[in-house]
Amino acid sequence: MSVPQYRKAAAVALVAGLGLSLTACSTKSDDKGSTADGKVTITVDCQPVGAQKELLKNWNDDVAEFQKQNLDITIKSVSVGEQCNNPPDFTARLAGGTVTDVFYGYMTDLQQVLDSGQAMDISQYANKDTISTWDSVDPALKEVFTDGGKLYAVPVKNYSMGLVYNKVLFQQAGLDVNNPPKTWADVRAAAKKISALGNGIAGYSEYSAGNTGGWHFTSLLYSQGGRVLTEDGKKADFNNAMGKQVLQNLKDMRYGDNSMGARQLLQWGDLLTNAGAGKVGMFIGAPDATQAIVSQFQGKFQDWAMAPLPGQDGAAKGTLGGGEGYFFKKDLTPEQVKAGLKWIAYQKLTPGKGQFDYVRAKPQNYPVGLPQPLLFANGSDAQKQELELRKANANLDTANFALFEATPVPIKGEPRNAQAIYAVLDAAMSGVLTNPNSNIDALLKTAEEKVNQLLAAES
Amino acid sequence: MAITTVPETPRKPGRPPSPYSARPQRTSLGRKVRDNLTGHAFLIGAVICFVVFSWYPMIRGIVMSFQRTRRGETTWVGWDNYSRIIADPSFWTAWQNTFYFTVLALVLGYVVPFFVAVLLNEFRHGKGYLRILVYLPVMLPPASALFLFKFYAYDPSEAGLFNAILKALHLPTSQWMQSPEMTMPAMVVASTWMNMGGAVLIYLASLQNIPGELYEAAELDGAGIWRRIRHVTIPQTRLILALLAMLQIVATMQLFIEPLILANGAGAEDSATSVAYLIYQHGFFQNDLNGAAALGVIMLVVLAGFSAVYVRLTAKQD
Repeated sequence: MSVPQYRKAAAVALVAGLGLSLTACSTKSDDKGSTADGKVTITVDCQPVGAQKELLKNWNDDVAEFQKQNLDITIKSVSVGEQCNNPPDFTARLAGGTVTDVFYGYMTDLQQVLDSGQAMDISQYANKDTISTWDSVDPALKEVFTDGGKLYAVPVKNYSMGLVYNKVLFQQAGLDVNNPPKTWADVRAAAKKISALGNGIAGYSEYSAGNTGGWHFTSLLYSQGGRVLTEDGKKADFNNAMGKQVLQNLKDMRYGDNSMGARQLLQWGDLLTNAGAGKVGMFIGAPDATQAIVSQFQGKFQDWAMAPLPGQDGAAKGTLGGGEGYFFKKDLTPEQVKAGLKWIAYQKLTPGKGQFDYVRAKPQNYPVGLPQPLLFANGSDAQKQELELRKANANLDTANFALFEATPVPIKGEPRNAQAIYAVLDAAMSGVLTNPNSNIDALLKTAEEKVNQLLAAES
Repeated sequence: MAITTVPETPRKPGRPPSPYSARPQRTSLGRKVRDNLTGHAFLIGAVICFVVFSWYPMIRGIVMSFQRTRRGETTWVGWDNYSRIIADPSFWTAWQNTFYFTVLALVLGYVVPFFVAVLLNEFRHGKGYLRILVYLPVMLPPASALFLFKFYAYDPSEAGLFNAILKALHLPTSQWMQSPEMTMPAMVVASTWMNMGGAVLIYLASLQNIPGELYEAAELDGAGIWRRIRHVTIPQTRLILALLAMLQIVATMQLFIEPLILANGAGAEDSATSVAYLIYQHGFFQNDLNGAAALGVIMLVVLAGFSAVYVRLTAKQD
């Protein structure tokens, strides 16, 4: 072959290759998940990543056992990262239509999932036949995933926030680990003592970036008895004495006492990294924050305890609650939906199995005995079974969470347009945590105007 | 009878003349394609890549900016997304921050590499090593370089590199990324350090093309170093300077990774919110892909406008 012929052949091969690649990219599977022999296949996300060895093995074992019990169902697991719902990735998957058949989402994601048109109404399928513990699942959690009387997801986890504190630092600072702060004034006094230990330790630590600042502002506001939006959800409702008190408490600790450490603009991983390194005395979080500190940030369970969220002059008037669930992709066949529900029932909602397999989790570096999730309604059969199993297999000192569990605080949900509002409130939080001369009134007024504009634009 | 011969177009040796060369100029499209099949085939790869990864997303973005998707239903909404995005309280803050960064980056990120290149050009020895040294930060992944700045240089405690230096010099320390006033200058310093290697090498190549006689003549006329730079170096590198100025502005206007990593997003009191970050915020955190598309189109128009002005100005100069 002469040189020009080689060139032509190379060019034709290149074009053919490109064409094939594009065809491959654009090819849509018309596999409806069912085969002639009646086998149903579903894809499910949130499989643990390789680094989470024990969790991954547990998941794979669950899949194998489930398939053994249900010979007509094949589960294809998909891992979408350590954080199953990293908002940018989640949004991209929704927009691109590449979510799995059964996909994980936060309670605050319902609106986004509905707008994307990717979810299906599963009201007619979610019942005792597909999920044997369905009647025991807390109705309030089902309600969160319901819109216009239609159910779009099955709740699988929930949380509420409290005060997470480091017992070791409490002891070193001469504080009573069995008598944690009950009010924000107590928190301030304790933070001052803990930060006096030096060595870069923050007595109290708080978020102020990546929308997490607004998320925690909301919880702190709930503790004061406040709310983010008015009853009708049309106006901001935090530019008041309660909102000011939230920011004033933080400013006093940050600049009055210098008890919050030098590093601010923290997001979720930043704070928990510091906590895992023993540099944080207190922060607000859910019980599973301790799990993240241990499994992802090299902390120790025995160092951490939890108390109810403090209030301004006494008990907190409210705390923020949230959680997660599994949605079902539109256009699934009824068989696939039923198969998906069966899988979720097995892995997430059956005491003694999957996430409630405490016998298996007990010897692993995974907490058994945390007071949450509280998926099942008070007094239900499933709740009794789950509590008994939890108690019998606890691998951490449940006394560390006894106070939190014994002193329930009214749980409030997140506001509508939560993420957009949190982004606005980040600026108020970062303002008081990075600027000693910040003007709280001005910060709240600006945030209020911005939220009102956002709400007006949305309506 | 005089015979007129048409001179044959010189061809590369070894390649036979095309059988079509003597035929009339009017040829069909198909024939033209067949004539240049190899060229077209190689070209089509690049064209497909541009269409799929560049032009289609751009057109799709423009279309999306006039639509709204709710409950899986997409409807045409005219200019609604634009008016909504302009009403966003962060819109003007983001533009203000972006322009501020662009101006600072022009002052620092544009001038410093030029003078570093001039300086390197003056060295007689070790030029190669110095070039590697200057180019080294470019080889670091941007995220790694920024994390170095975030946790090592800009640590607001006295353990931070810059604060330790300031303290040693008995100067007041800074909060760096935690100070709304310092956020942008700090981002520009990090960005300049990360990116100037490429510009320095381009300037160096350009400087080395300046004939030495020009400098000799200037020296004979008694010109010192500054006059030589002003009257020889800058005029001789004018085109490269102009080109890099435009590229610099286009690149800095798309400021994104610096706020994302150094300031964890919006920064202290929104001091780091850039237009590109606001697009990301709308698209991926606020369930507003259409608003993000509208903002992207506004940015495209601004940059296209700037590029048009640049092309017009440089065309006049040339």
